[in-house]
Formats: sequence, C-alpha cells, structure tokens
Amino acid sequence: MIIKIYNAHLIDPFTNKEGIVDIVIDKGIISKVRFKSKYQPFAKNLKNSDSTLEIDAKDLYVFPGLIDMHTHLREPGYEYKETIRTGTLAAVRGGFTSVCCMANTNPVNDNPEVTYYILAKAKEEGNCDVFPIGAVTKGQKSEELSEMAMLKEAGCVAFSDDGMPVMNSMVMRRALDYSKSVGAPIISHCEDLSLSEDGVMNEGKLSFLMGLKGITKASEEVMVARDIILSKYSKAPLHIAHVSTQGSVELIKYAKQHGIPVTAETCPHYFTLTEEAVKDYNTNAKMNPPLRSEEDKEAIKEALRDGTIDVIATDHAPHHIDEKKVPFQEALNGISGLETAFALSLGLVHEGVLTLKQLIEKLTVNPAKILKIKKEGIKEGASADLILVDINRKWRVDKDKLASLGKNTPFDGWELTGKVLITIKGKKFFDMRELL
Amino acid sequence: MKDLVGIKELSRQTIEEILNTAKAFKEVLQRDIKKVPTLRGKTAINLFFEPSTRTRTSFELAEKRLSLDVLNFSVSMSSVVKGETLYDTLKTIEAYNVDYIVMRHSSSGAARFVAEHTPASVINAGDGTNEHPTQALLDAFSILEVKGRLDGLKIAIVGDILHSRVARSNLYLLSKFDTQINFVGPPTLLPSDAPDNVRIFYDLREGISDVDVVMLLRIQLERQKGAFIPSLKEYFHMWGLKRHVFSYLKEDAIVMHPGPMNRGVEISTEVADSSRSIILRQVTNGIATRMAVIYFLTPREA
Repeated sequence: MIIKIYNAHLIDPFTNKEGIVDIVIDKGIISKVRFKSKYQPFAKNLKNSDSTLEIDAKDLYVFPGLIDMHTHLREPGYEYKETIRTGTLAAVRGGFTSVCCMANTNPVNDNPEVTYYILAKAKEEGNCDVFPIGAVTKGQKSEELSEMAMLKEAGCVAFSDDGMPVMNSMVMRRALDYSKSVGAPIISHCEDLSLSEDGVMNEGKLSFLMGLKGITKASEEVMVARDIILSKYSKAPLHIAHVSTQGSVELIKYAKQHGIPVTAETCPHYFTLTEEAVKDYNTNAKMNPPLRSEEDKEAIKEALRDGTIDVIATDHAPHHIDEKKVPFQEALNGISGLETAFALSLGLVHEGVLTLKQLIEKLTVNPAKILKIKKEGIKEGASADLILVDINRKWRVDKDKLASLGKNTPFDGWELTGKVLITIKGKKFFDMRELL
Repeated sequence: MKDLVGIKELSRQTIEEILNTAKAFKEVLQRDIKKVPTLRGKTAINLFFEPSTRTRTSFELAEKRLSLDVLNFSVSMSSVVKGETLYDTLKTIEAYNVDYIVMRHSSSGAARFVAEHTPASVINAGDGTNEHPTQALLDAFSILEVKGRLDGLKIAIVGDILHSRVARSNLYLLSKFDTQINFVGPPTLLPSDAPDNVRIFYDLREGISDVDVVMLLRIQLERQKGAFIPSLKEYFHMWGLKRHVFSYLKEDAIVMHPGPMNRGVEISTEVADSSRSIILRQVTNGIATRMAVIYFLTPREA
C-alpha cells in the first residue's frame, strides 16, 4: 500500500523543519518528503484503491506522532478498566503513537517479567508504540528498590511509583542515586500522603462548603521541594509528574534556574478546569492531584509558555463505571484522557498561550528527550509515525464513542476545536474522518 | 419538592414554609391524641449506615405521628465494605416500594447521590461532613420560638466546625437570613479558608460576647488522636462554655447543642442546666420539624 499526502503543512521538531510538503509512504516507510514553496491546487481525482491512497491535505497539518509519557494502560491485572489493545486504540485516535505506561498494574511492573509481558502484548495487540515505565520500589511499597537496571534492559524508559509516592526520603534519595547508573530518569508523583490524608478534592472554600475533605496544595509542594533538593545533591535527573499548583511551578522554576536536572509535566485538565468542576459532586472530575483554583490554572499556562513545564501528558486513568457511580468520597481518582488531550491542548494555541510549534514540542521532542526515546521524525527512510490534523475542526466529545474502555471524562458533551483526522503508524492506518 | 438533601439548595421562602408547617405540627403534638392520619398507607424507611440513636428515634417518632409504616434498616459499614454498593442497596430498598427514605451515611454527597437515583423522597439525616438539614431546621425553629425572628441576630458556632455537618447546614440556613455568623474554636478545627460572610475567632470571649445565640458542637473524642487538639481538658479550658461566660454573655443570649453533649468538654453542667440552655427544647422541636419536612415532600411516581 502506498499512501500519498499532498499539500500538508508540516511542523516537525525532530528534524526541525517546517513547510508545505508532499509525503509518500510505501509499506509503512516514508519514501519521499518533498518541500514545496506554496500550495499547489489539486486538479485530478484522488486515488483510493487497495494499492494506493491519495490524500489532499490542504489546510491540514502533519506532525510527528505524539508521545504520551504518562498513561495507565491497566494491563496486566485491571483489564476490566482498559487493555493494551483498547488503550493504544484510544491513543492513536487521539494522535498519540507512543504511550508510556505506568507501573501500577497487578502485578506491579517491578520486574522484567512484567515488562516482557506488556511489550509482548503490545506487539501482538497494540496499535502504537508502548514504552513501559518500571516501578521505583518493589510493589510500589517505598521499601526496596526495584531491579532498575534489568527493567531498563527489558525495555523500561523511566521509573515511577506513580499513584503511590515514595514517602521514605532516604529510599527516594537512593533511587535517584542508583538511577544514574541505569540511565533512565525517576518520575515523581509528588504527594505527601500524611498531608493529603484522606482528602478528595482541593482544599479551600469550596471543599469546606461541600463538606468534602480537602487536599492542601502543600501536600504536592512539600514533595516537589523535597525531590528537587534530593535531585540537587544526587545530580540525578528528576521528572515531576502532573504539576497542579502555582507553588510547584515556582519551585521547579527555581530548580531550573539553579541548574538542577529537573523537568516537569502537566495535564490538559490542570490548564482547562478548576475545582469548580467537582461542584455537583461529579466523580468524573475527581482526580489526584485534584483540580485546583483559577490562580493555579493560570500559573500552569504561564509555566507552559515560559518553558518551566516541558511536557504535556495525559495521565490517562481509565476506570470502570461502577468505580465512579458511587458517592464522591468513594470514587476512584482519574480521568480517561487520551482522546481529548490534544484538542484541549490546542486550546492553548487558539488562546495564544503557545505557538503551534511550542505545543508540538511539548508533545513530541521534549518527552522523547527526557525518556531518551529515539524518534526520527518525518523524513525519508524513517518508519511512518505521523498524524494529520485539522486544528480548526470543531467536534463534540461523546463518552460513549471513546475507544477507551474508560468513559470517565469530565469533558463529555464539550465542543472542542482541533481534531486528529488520520494517524499513520508504520503500516497501520487510522482514519478518524469516518468517525465524525 | 421531592427530596431534602441539604439546606444549600433551599430558598428562604421554602425554609419559612417548612418552619410554619412545623409550628402547626407542634400544636398537634401538644394534644392528647398526637397522631394524624396524613400519610396513612405510605411507607418510610430509616436507612442508617452510621450508628445513631437520637436522630433515628426522632425521625421514627415523626413518621409514626404521621401514620407512616416505618422500617428500620441499619447497615454496618463493615458489610458494605465486603460487597454491596450504595447503588445496589438503594435498588434493593426501592424494590420494597417505599415512599420515603431517611438516610444517614458517612460519605459527603451520599444523600444527593441516592436522591438522583430513586423516585422515593430522600431526606438527608446526615451525610459525611456535608449536611444535616433537619438539624438546622429544628435549630432555626427553636431560635424562632425564643427570639421571634432570625433576621438581625448574631450567632456564634463554637467547636469542631471543620468536621461538622450541623455547622454547615446551620451556616447555609442562617446565611439566607440577615444574620451575622461567627465561627469560634481552635484553628485546627476551623476551615483554613472561611466563607466570606463568616467571622473567625480563636478566642471564645471575643467570639461570643455580643451574640444572641451560641451554638455548640460536639467534639469527637478521637480529635485528640488526630492531633487537632492537645487534649479534651485543654479544649474545655479554652473553648468550653463554663459558668464564667455568664459574666460577659448578653443577658438574653441562648445556648444550643445538637446533642449528645459531652459535659466537661464543650459545656459545663452549670451552663447546660441553666435557663439559657434550650437544648431539650431542640429535642422536642426535632419531631415537629421532621414531621413538617416529610409532609412537605412529594415522592415521584415510580
């Protein structure tokens, strides 16, 4: 099968190229990338046969496939929430051709056998690249280090006890020290469990009025500060997951100004929503860290703009409906994010917070650098790994149409602007135009 | 109106209508025959996921005075943890074809969750730290009886406000009238970010010296373990209502408590048993108020 794309507007942070291009993909390999000085109107009929597919991509952008460095695929162990097959289908629908899956599966990905299982399953049933993230500690228990070197050899690209922070500071210190020999970063879910206690939403006026136990911003910031300090002394790369507060942003900015090897991510919900979203006890807006206040949301946008936050990740956390159809206090944390993340992120471009190029960097080259994932970008000879996007296309989120088994989205019914129309990953071709 | 899940959602007018109805029922309760046939043939279930003797008894009496058939369904939380979800418990109860569900649950928002999923009328008898609306209504009814009005009053709520559904429901109710509300207590038991219309006092004397009503809240004995307060003894020393408050309280100020009270923690015996205390009146008024609430609600046709 030969795919010919004409007149697409390319932005590729990997090759650092931008312009109008024609691209030819032959059996999953990019055989031609031809830059043109301007659009060439398309006169002839487009071919659409079993052997050749031609696409007039005038008014569409072509980007390298997006990388989500924070995904919960739930397999093994929680296949009723999501599987590698459905999770990676959700990924490609949302424009992600690489997902990094967190270690909090059952069993935990704290030994190479689990990593091999995930990779084998991904090869067999997956729709895109899967890069496992290993646990920092065995069983995510914050006690003994997991076999990081062997996990890395098996294919893990980073280490995280996401969801279960490493509370013991000495263990975290040793994990950072040890990770230097492994050559993969530690990703920290920053939460002081003694401060968040059994809180279920942001602490503030609203939590008091709703009678819900609050989670103080200090719970995140105390750990961001701790881990920055530990990274400073160990000189080991540290990546801060899902930044949600203004105070965390300030701490990360300080760290970067002082040459501490810290990077950071946030998620679309933290720059799109505030705690107001839980006002009706909406369990689909319950997550950890919780949605915060307006100042935090604005500070996160500014941090994305000024580069303090390097990456946008989804923290895709699918859950079964039974786990959300309960009183708020009892509902599990997290939202299904892969299929809405890119459109929500494009909001930053429409609002003028980021340029399109900056946004694509935060979704491609920046996570690739942090995780040392090798991606060639859109160039001749490379395996096809790209998406075609109409950044102005309006569409409505319908939870029942998500490919993810997790229907837990606070964005159900929202009209978003910007849609991934086609994802090409090697020989795999996903056409989302048919779904509109 | 189908449900009473909180005071938050009520208008001032609805509150006044319920309180007027309560007044009529209080007259009924003073008669020789205290039962009215109003809801004969209808069924109420008292669904308690947390142990409670007083509130459940008060509701049960109110239901019986209205001629309702009454079921008591107590669920220990341990059996809930083992299996059945709240949704499934609710569907089971719905299959009994009940008209009114009076529910107490440890999760904030639980009453609203149940109300959204059943045609029966749901009355919140306390959900987590969120609301206890009938307590606020009976408190307002009791204040009205003594003071004749709510508008223009200054009210201090003293104690563990952070964990109190009674405090929240009272806050919502009193905020719908022209009142001044003070929160008084140790900083660890007050909200770190208080509502805009509330004044915060750490000092008992400053917080209550010019108020018309002092509402005390029960201090849970386990607050000491959670490092909220050093000891019950110190709490009593600093925030307990003791005889000496009579030296600076307004002459006609009244003292209230939702019960059960801890003598020697929130209140001393001299104050509890003084003429300022209307604590037992609150208990009596609880029945009339709860009758009024049940009478006021209309279940949806299933």
